[in-house]
Amino acid sequence: MEYESVIGLEIHVELDTESKMFCNCSTRFGEEPNTQTCPVCLGLPGSLPVANEKAIEYVIKSGLAIGCDISLYSQFHRKNYFYPDMPKNYQISQYDLPLCINGHVDLDMDDYETRIGVTRIHLEEDTGKLIHVGGAGRIAGAEYSLVDFNRAGVPLMEIVSEPDIRTPEEAKVYAQKLRAILISLGVSDCSMEKGSMRVDANVSIRPKGSTEFGVKTELKNLNSFRSLQRALTYEIERQKKALEEGEVIVQETRHWDESKNRTSILRTKEYAHDYRYFPDPDLVPMQFDSSWIESLKAEIPELPDERKQRFIRRFGLPAHDANLLTATKAMGDFFEEAVSIYAGDPKAISNWILGDLSYYLNTENLEIDESAITPKHIVEMLKLIDNGTISGKIAKEIFPEMFETGKMPQAIVEERGMTQISGEDEIAKIIDTVLAENAAVVQEYREGKERAFGFLVGQAMRLTKGRANPQLVNKLLREKL
Amino acid sequence: MAISEKDVKHVGWLARLALNDAEIRKFTQQLGVILEHAGKIAGLDTENVPPTSHAIPLKNVLREDKLGVCLTPEAALLNAPEKENQAFVVPKIV
Repeated sequence: MEYESVIGLEIHVELDTESKMFCNCSTRFGEEPNTQTCPVCLGLPGSLPVANEKAIEYVIKSGLAIGCDISLYSQFHRKNYFYPDMPKNYQISQYDLPLCINGHVDLDMDDYETRIGVTRIHLEEDTGKLIHVGGAGRIAGAEYSLVDFNRAGVPLMEIVSEPDIRTPEEAKVYAQKLRAILISLGVSDCSMEKGSMRVDANVSIRPKGSTEFGVKTELKNLNSFRSLQRALTYEIERQKKALEEGEVIVQETRHWDESKNRTSILRTKEYAHDYRYFPDPDLVPMQFDSSWIESLKAEIPELPDERKQRFIRRFGLPAHDANLLTATKAMGDFFEEAVSIYAGDPKAISNWILGDLSYYLNTENLEIDESAITPKHIVEMLKLIDNGTISGKIAKEIFPEMFETGKMPQAIVEERGMTQISGEDEIAKIIDTVLAENAAVVQEYREGKERAFGFLVGQAMRLTKGRANPQLVNKLLREKL
Repeated sequence: MAISEKDVKHVGWLARLALNDAEIRKFTQQLGVILEHAGKIAGLDTENVPPTSHAIPLKNVLREDKLGVCLTPEAALLNAPEKENQAFVVPKIV
């Protein structure tokens, strides 16, 4: 039977405010344990939370950026549950009156486009961090756990998608696009590594064409976009196999193990999802003026979709290039910086970014702003090609060294003696050698075999280890033949 | 009764209260009386009354995104029954 997968993502994003959601403590990441706490975020009796205006603003801006309706009336609820990562035995969150509802993110999948609905965006507080002692650091098997409340109370925005996602690839592109939007807005650094962006996926499968939903599983520990895609691919296959073997899918939470490339049941303490939400009596409702919402709308900077259109218009890039270049803010910035210092064709820059640079970034699993290569490297390399110092082929050869060491291309070319041979006399000599060594092929060419010509060019390049100027080789070879 | 023993047991468990059978019976009765009393409101016509979450007429009590003084880790951990590496120790979770 042919199945289709139904995927929904819940994306948690820590907002980039100075202070926590309901108190004055710092949100800084990576500080010593329990150095950023106060009676409010420790949940001490008698403390009074007061909501951070900036965080509310950030959520509303995020909602506006993805076409949400903004609730003019909203409030905070208490979500009650016992877990040691929250000191209060409840988390301040939102329930039936979230700040934003009914948004969408449009995905350009290259050969088709699709729209993913966003059910809601709500604001809550992050939980503390647990460190499990014993049992290899996993919760199951640990002897006890340590709690660091530095993160408890950091403003956390949850973006819930509709189950509109159909493939692991779409899930990845959706999450990446949201990240690009949020980074453009400046509301979060969205670092998957530091955990300021966390993605949970709900996935089920159903016979293609069916409109009913299958039983879903929830995937956790998706620490990169690659993990997200791989975990979903694995889980969809697992569910297919289970159904084909007549098994029943059980609704459960599964943990993705990147090193073993599989998901397994996450053992958590059994607790009913009976959160008994109720309005937080300490936090009074919020009511917004539509004029305030409008003023926030006016502050929204250029977003990835608009940037893509500008790249097409202004730089004459194909839609495919513009789409990929604006997939992350960092890549778009890299491209624009390069264009600003290069007089040649922007498409040449795009080719190198999307070609060799992306290849090496993917291999090393790096973001563009984490690599040693800067726009200056690319532009200097292009100028060397343009003025005939090196060929495109040599550029490809020096790329790995440039990528690994961050050395400028000019320096590498000089060190390795790779400058292009562009002297007519020198090339003429090489061609003479080639012709003398390949008399039979020369004969074939003269008898009309055009392919023989390419072979002779290849020989000239081989003799010069690729350093001969290919245009000159072509020209002189034709003349001599 | 406005509430069943089963519900009381469930609510007790959610609140991590270890209730014995006698307590469950007692609280079922007492909670029932309270719920019945509150249930009188259900008899009123509330068609045009919006749900009230807060009794005080206050809205938008917000603060600026500014840092203030935090507790020292020593103060934060002062009442912790057990601590290790400047963190709160909690019993095993699963």
